[in-house]
Amino acid sequence: MSTKSQQSQTNRGRIRIEGFDAEAVEKRDPLSAWQPELETKEAKSRTYYAWRRFKRNRLALFGAVIVTAMVLLTVFARPWGLPEWIPYLGGATVQPFSLAAQDPATQDILVGYQPPTVEHLLNWPPSTLHIFGTDWAGRDLFARTIYGGRYSLSIGFIAVGVALLVGVPLGSIAGYYGGYVDEFIMRIVDMLYAFPFIVLAIAVITILGRGYWEIVLALIVVGWLSYARIIRGEILSVKQNEYVTAAKALGARDRSIIIKHIMPNAMAPVIVQATLSVGTVVLTAAALGFLGLGLSPATAEWGVMLNVEQDSMARGNWWAGLFPGLALFFFVMAINLIGDGVRDAFDPQGDKKGSGGFR
Amino acid sequence: MSDSEPLVRAEGLKKYYESETDFIDRLLGRRSWVKAVDGVSLEIQEGETLGLVGESGCGKSSVGRTLLQLQEATEGSVYYRGTDITELSSSELRDLRQDVQLIFQNPQSSLNPRLTISDIIGEALDIHDIVDDKQRRDKKIKELLDRVGLNASHANRYPHEFSGGQLQRIGIARALAVEPDFIVCDEPVSALDVSVQAQILNLLEDLQNEFGISYLFIAHDLSVVEHIADRIAVMYLGKIVEVGTPEELFSPPQHPYTEALLSAIPEPDPKWEPDRILLEGTVPSPIDPPSGCSFHTRCPRVIPPKDFAFEQTEWRSLLDLRLRIVDRELSLDKIAADSDSQGMDAALRDLFNIPQPLSDPQAEDILSEALSHLEEHDFEAAEEILSEAFVSPCSVHEPELQQIEHGRAACHLYDSRYDDGSIEPEVRP
Repeated sequence: MSTKSQQSQTNRGRIRIEGFDAEAVEKRDPLSAWQPELETKEAKSRTYYAWRRFKRNRLALFGAVIVTAMVLLTVFARPWGLPEWIPYLGGATVQPFSLAAQDPATQDILVGYQPPTVEHLLNWPPSTLHIFGTDWAGRDLFARTIYGGRYSLSIGFIAVGVALLVGVPLGSIAGYYGGYVDEFIMRIVDMLYAFPFIVLAIAVITILGRGYWEIVLALIVVGWLSYARIIRGEILSVKQNEYVTAAKALGARDRSIIIKHIMPNAMAPVIVQATLSVGTVVLTAAALGFLGLGLSPATAEWGVMLNVEQDSMARGNWWAGLFPGLALFFFVMAINLIGDGVRDAFDPQGDKKGSGGFR
Repeated sequence: MSDSEPLVRAEGLKKYYESETDFIDRLLGRRSWVKAVDGVSLEIQEGETLGLVGESGCGKSSVGRTLLQLQEATEGSVYYRGTDITELSSSELRDLRQDVQLIFQNPQSSLNPRLTISDIIGEALDIHDIVDDKQRRDKKIKELLDRVGLNASHANRYPHEFSGGQLQRIGIARALAVEPDFIVCDEPVSALDVSVQAQILNLLEDLQNEFGISYLFIAHDLSVVEHIADRIAVMYLGKIVEVGTPEELFSPPQHPYTEALLSAIPEPDPKWEPDRILLEGTVPSPIDPPSGCSFHTRCPRVIPPKDFAFEQTEWRSLLDLRLRIVDRELSLDKIAADSDSQGMDAALRDLFNIPQPLSDPQAEDILSEALSHLEEHDFEAAEEILSEAFVSPCSVHEPELQQIEHGRAACHLYDSRYDDGSIEPEVRP
């Protein structure tokens, strides 16, 4: 190598860092008058901000109002007593109010299918007041509709809640640890996925017999699969993020990494799926009833009521199917609105404050 | 080297990743390994910055993560203050995390978007119980933010409300929270624009002066590393090819790869006439790295074989031809179609810039014979002839880091044993 090229070699690559005067950049006047809007002194929790965003979402609030109203209606529909087997307190009334004047099971076969008319609204005494009309057996539809929420809503919430408790941990473990644990859990999920859901649910009920808790269990068995799958996929992508590595580098335990860093970033699709399936679970419970595998046809459950009255709409007795149907519709819609609202609320980047389409 | 134990020392560190295989392959035991880190030894003294450079995919980040035991090493050991941390139990490792930390390349993805800044920094404090009561925790978080040049009143914001440079400062504050002695900076400024780069580099230097932290500074930008590092290690395909202080590294003699890297640094001078050394071909696959010196497939200064008198460019072209033949990556039909009647021999010489005839008559004979085999699409015969005749020590012996005039390099060019291109017979395959 010649001396000349050696000369040039020694000066190669010597970028003079003085060119970028870092201090000048730090100390120069701000380029714009922008000041942060939020100068809070105390640390506010994540849930605080989420709740604020949720409150701003009118549609979600509307959904929440509907669901709350329905829950209150079902709770106060008829008096609520404790079961007899509880010692000392058995049979005691916990909730004495009764919004429905009649018992939802009281029959009056001779006057079946009374239409809901203003005439009836003004009837006195209120024992014959049927503002939603009556069904084929002369049972008051208003009482049955608001009382029926007890079955539908509780099946929906309990089955989804327990399915979440089963599916989310299993899916998280599969996604986070991978390897053989993942193989094992996901192959079970695949195996159960191979059955059509309703067939699987029927199989479970055939084994266990009919009844409220049997339905709930059947719905859990088919319900946890989708949560496990969704959360696993989400975790597979979230755990690639460097903040997970950072937490590991800080020495965080696996449990706290999953709960603090991975779950919050992976839960959104599961929350949406769960709220959506509260509706589907209620409908599936009704379908089971129609097949004779759910609650008995006399039960005031919305799905069962719809199935029993499925012909009456065609015969002109529209109210018999309309009110339980509307109740189902509003419930499922409201639940979906809430689900979307919750998802947006937990996503801080969705906080656009109406400024432009892009972030 | 001083006889005092360095802060961090790696010995023969290897990290192999299993490449994508499906279930059947695994059952049949057909596995292939990506040799991301293939025998790296390095040491970092207290308060020292070691720069680690190399092109993307050469295993820089894997070295960093294996040093921190975020990934298990396939082979080799890492010593921190004399203890082998590859042997530690998980609870001992957790204690170690107080002393060694990591700063990431991408500040956006290294901070959890759903936690506020105070939560992010506070997590580090909580894990190691550094502060016990809430007020002192808040105070400490504010101190840390102040220290890295951020407004402490922003502690309750979310990461998306900050700019890239600010986010990187937060990442640094998080690493500082546990008061570490050693930080691996994994390309901490690559995602930032130049003025912000300088700020972050200065901040890292200030912190080093103040707290005596040692850095392993990973980067692909030599000018950045030169600014901050006390010593620089250059990596190629999972191995360190040259180590030295910036002065040593930037002055010849150098490893040919370093030379090529340095020549790629642009000069802020409009009259600058680039004399870039362009490397031929692409980085070989780390699944099956080349034999001998892994750089010999692209090296512009491969040692010519002993028995022939080659020009350097001639020999390089010939080697390229041979490598393509070995890989069977020559579509002879296409070459024949493009060559418009000048014959396969001439067309191949054209393609690889091989002169006709070669300066060495003996070599010319061998080459012509190989080319004539190629004409008959007989790759095996051509390969055999070329591989038999032209053997460079570079493709046979794996070089080891050795003292050269300035610094240490892993290259046979600086090994007197290979001066004449000879290969010791007992190690010849």
